[in-house]
Amino acid sequence: MFVTKSISAEHKDLIHDVAYDFHGRRMATCSSDQSVQVWDIGEDSEWHCTANWRTHSGSVWRVTWAHPEFGQVLATCSFDRTAAVWEEVVGESNPNHRGQNHWVKRTQLVDSRTSVTDVKFAPKHLGRNNIILRIELCVVDIAVRLQNEISCKMNCSCISWNPSRVHPAMISVGSDDPSTTGGGKVQVYEYSDGNRKWNKVETLMTVTEAVHDVAFAPNLGRSYHLLAVASKDVRIIMLKPLRRAQSTVGQHSGVTRFEVRQPAQFDEHNSQVWRVNWNITGTILASSGDDGCVRLWKANYLDNWKCIGVLKADGTHHGPGHSGRSHSSHVVGTSATSGASSSSSGAAAGNSSQSSTRVRFTVSPVTDIRVDQKYSVFF
Amino acid sequence: MADYEREDVRHGVVPDIAGSKFGLASQWGLGNQVLVHAGVRRPKQDESSDLTTPPSIHIVKWDIDMHNPVTRKLVNESHNVFISLQSHNPEQADTVRKPQLVKFSRHYRSVQRACVLELQLKGDAAEDEEKRQIYYAQCQVFSMIELIWSLCEILFVEVLPGGVILNQLLDWVSWHFTQGDELATAVMSSSSPHTHESYWPAIYIYVLQGRIDDARKLLSIHPDRQRDVNDLYGMTDELLRKMPMFTVVGRQSVAEFDMKWRHWQDQCQQCLEDGLFDSHNNLSIICRILAGDNRVFSELKDLTQSWYQMLVAKLLYNNPTIKTFDIHYHAQECIDDYGGNSHLSTLDNILLSALEFDIHQVIRESSAHLNNWWFVAHLTDLLYHCGQLESHNLNFGSNLREFLLLEYATSLMSHESLWQIGMDYLDHCPEVGRHYLELYIERIPIQTERKALKVLRACEKRGMELQAHSICKEMGMKALQNDRLGTALSWCIRSKDRAFATFLSEKFLSEYSSRGGFSNLDLIDNLGPAMLLSDRLTFLGKYREFHKMYEHGEFREAANLLLSLLSAKLAPQKFWLTLLTDALPLLECDQVVFSSHQTYDLMHCLEEITLSFQSTQYLDKDDKQRTQGQREADQEKIDLLRLALARNLSRAILHEGTEIEGI
Repeated sequence: MFVTKSISAEHKDLIHDVAYDFHGRRMATCSSDQSVQVWDIGEDSEWHCTANWRTHSGSVWRVTWAHPEFGQVLATCSFDRTAAVWEEVVGESNPNHRGQNHWVKRTQLVDSRTSVTDVKFAPKHLGRNNIILRIELCVVDIAVRLQNEISCKMNCSCISWNPSRVHPAMISVGSDDPSTTGGGKVQVYEYSDGNRKWNKVETLMTVTEAVHDVAFAPNLGRSYHLLAVASKDVRIIMLKPLRRAQSTVGQHSGVTRFEVRQPAQFDEHNSQVWRVNWNITGTILASSGDDGCVRLWKANYLDNWKCIGVLKADGTHHGPGHSGRSHSSHVVGTSATSGASSSSSGAAAGNSSQSSTRVRFTVSPVTDIRVDQKYSVFF
Repeated sequence: MADYEREDVRHGVVPDIAGSKFGLASQWGLGNQVLVHAGVRRPKQDESSDLTTPPSIHIVKWDIDMHNPVTRKLVNESHNVFISLQSHNPEQADTVRKPQLVKFSRHYRSVQRACVLELQLKGDAAEDEEKRQIYYAQCQVFSMIELIWSLCEILFVEVLPGGVILNQLLDWVSWHFTQGDELATAVMSSSSPHTHESYWPAIYIYVLQGRIDDARKLLSIHPDRQRDVNDLYGMTDELLRKMPMFTVVGRQSVAEFDMKWRHWQDQCQQCLEDGLFDSHNNLSIICRILAGDNRVFSELKDLTQSWYQMLVAKLLYNNPTIKTFDIHYHAQECIDDYGGNSHLSTLDNILLSALEFDIHQVIRESSAHLNNWWFVAHLTDLLYHCGQLESHNLNFGSNLREFLLLEYATSLMSHESLWQIGMDYLDHCPEVGRHYLELYIERIPIQTERKALKVLRACEKRGMELQAHSICKEMGMKALQNDRLGTALSWCIRSKDRAFATFLSEKFLSEYSSRGGFSNLDLIDNLGPAMLLSDRLTFLGKYREFHKMYEHGEFREAANLLLSLLSAKLAPQKFWLTLLTDALPLLECDQVVFSSHQTYDLMHCLEEITLSFQSTQYLDKDDKQRTQGQREADQEKIDLLRLALARNLSRAILHEGTEIEGI
């Protein structure tokens, strides 16, 4: 039995992302109205909006919290081609709101040439070199820049950090390139401390459709990593590191090899899947699709993955024709850009930048991810 | 066989109009809750979102049955039973163990009973109709749970030797189905009981449930009994009185009892065949029950209410010595009387599976349909301790137990005051419980320092250092954010975070430089060995020590300490000038405090500072912050120091010279 409590947000447009903080006592929302709101649970156990400010000059796609060890810090990314990091400070410098907390922009990454579609903080154990208050930030963007960038050779839409403490830093990257001939759409990179580089360790060749979200599950002491992929369907991929001795000798000797299996694949959404999200223990996966449903997936004690719940929007005010239309418009949208060239990483990238990126991609189909390690927030 | 094939998919509706157009996105919270909002699909550039209402966020929770005040009591009390069950010794001999396990099972049941009663009361007292329905619905669920639990107790926990089970089943039925008593009370309170419409039904129920004494009592009040020409009442009473009862404690063997039983039932049948009761329909029905006439049970099916009550009644009069494992062969007939398998409810199915000894099916059905992890988790755990999970060939027994305990614990973790109980359950999940704990414990919301200490204690108890450190760091960060340096430092020391300690020490030092004094003196004075966490913190502690010595007039010790801080390079270079300035009064002391050797060292430090002032690094980095005035002030200090050092040197050399002469 599901019990639902609804809160009316004060956004003026569609909400694109909502993020709980680490303890689930605060949440942040971001919207097409270019603003971010922060909500807190009050004494009355109700949610109150405690901050609402304009963050970008375009739709804000994602919002995410840093681990509270780093303070109250948010990162946002937007259609305006930037990503920003925000910190909450206690009533300094603003005489009108003395004593009241407010959010200050600590940094802005403005080197992207198109919409920045995803932003994720690294797991806190990767806070390197004991330099405090450093937050690693991984931003998907299309620009070619700086050290520690990853050349994906595909346009990326989403990223996920592997939260495992025992494994070297690892991320997976998904591409929403609609062409199905381009090979695997999910790549896995591992950071090598030895040569201080990100190495590609795996490409999931089985996923050839556009990917809109990837998510590593919390490890839970498993001997393998679980990666959820949102594509035409929901997939759960198992990456089991093979012992180093078994890996090929030579230049790859420092790189982990994986045994890749796919324990589950669900097409119940019957349409494009947009988002995948693990619960805290990495045991239940929530997926969102174009069918308007959130579906919950869980493995039973025999490790069989099954749907355990479906949440559906109350669509009584919209006939099936309405949702059908939005479906088809989506299909048209993607097929128009399919072909030899690829679309930009952001599905909603502006027309002008779209055409220019497309040309660029035809010449050199390279997308880069910047993993900015030297970045830090100073107080 | 162990496949969750069935439809245990739960469906929920989120009241969001935009959700059907833009799709629902979800974000997990702590435990069983997700945030849901419309807008997972990005609109195309030319597509307007044309929202008519402001967008909404929906918090969707599930498995929160245990979160209301009544069931929370159940959670607390059953937690105690669970913990003592876990610590009970499996090594003991079976004869000692079994009564103990039965006791645990009874404990659980009494907790359930209390919960059902309270839910009933709350439901009756509720003013708001919606709340009342919720209480009643829960009450119904827990009544069902009680019924299933006590049957499972009979079948799997309190297994009697010989496998003769009927008496327990009779107790089970009469404990849970009190319709007979209710009718009897109604009858007795009427002015003429024997004409009351429920008079005979009450007697039938008593007989069907094997409560012969109650039946006889009720029968004896019938006035016809006195003026009974044929003594039909007396004969019925005699038959009832003579009915043999099998008792385990009695010395009789099953065969002996069987003989007696057959003899007695022959008598009953004889009476029927002789047509003794033909004139009296009601007494005839009683006799037919006693004789085990199959048709009469069907006729009375409204009184037995359910197939399982009928089953017990039938067994009593047809097969009183039936063995546990044979019961389910007789179930089908009774089920057919109540409309066949297609009419079975969830509860019926669970009970049937129990009678078929399919523990796994019982657990599966219960977890899917009762919407309550409390029951399955505790029952499975109890059965596991009874060794029932292995003996029934569920080789994944311990996994199943853990799986269910994890589910239950998860449903507790999302409640702000049940997390401690949830953690105790996770402690008893050998495979992944620890990992769950690690993930949850860090995320427990910490609103107050008291709660932080509570969570930290829980971490310490379980040896979770990493998590404890993380919590301390977070607390330290929070304190820093609120500008409470002292609190931040003490949390930082607990978290053993070297980098953070360095950062905070810097803050203290810069506070000193700007204000000329330290705050939180008691904390810095009592750093002790914690000071070794970071070099900067050590310096802070030692520097404060220097101040104390100076205040107490221990000039020589103070001077030694100051010099060692400088020469061991413990002090950050930008702080050297401050340290040297601190040395000024010592240099100007009446006594000679610094020896010539020490003075050379100080001079050396001073030279290094002047050199670094001219270095490009210094000019590049600090110049921007340093105003012209500050630089002049620094220069002035350096000049003063030079003079003081030179004077001290001369005094020291003189002093040392006279000392040598003195020797």
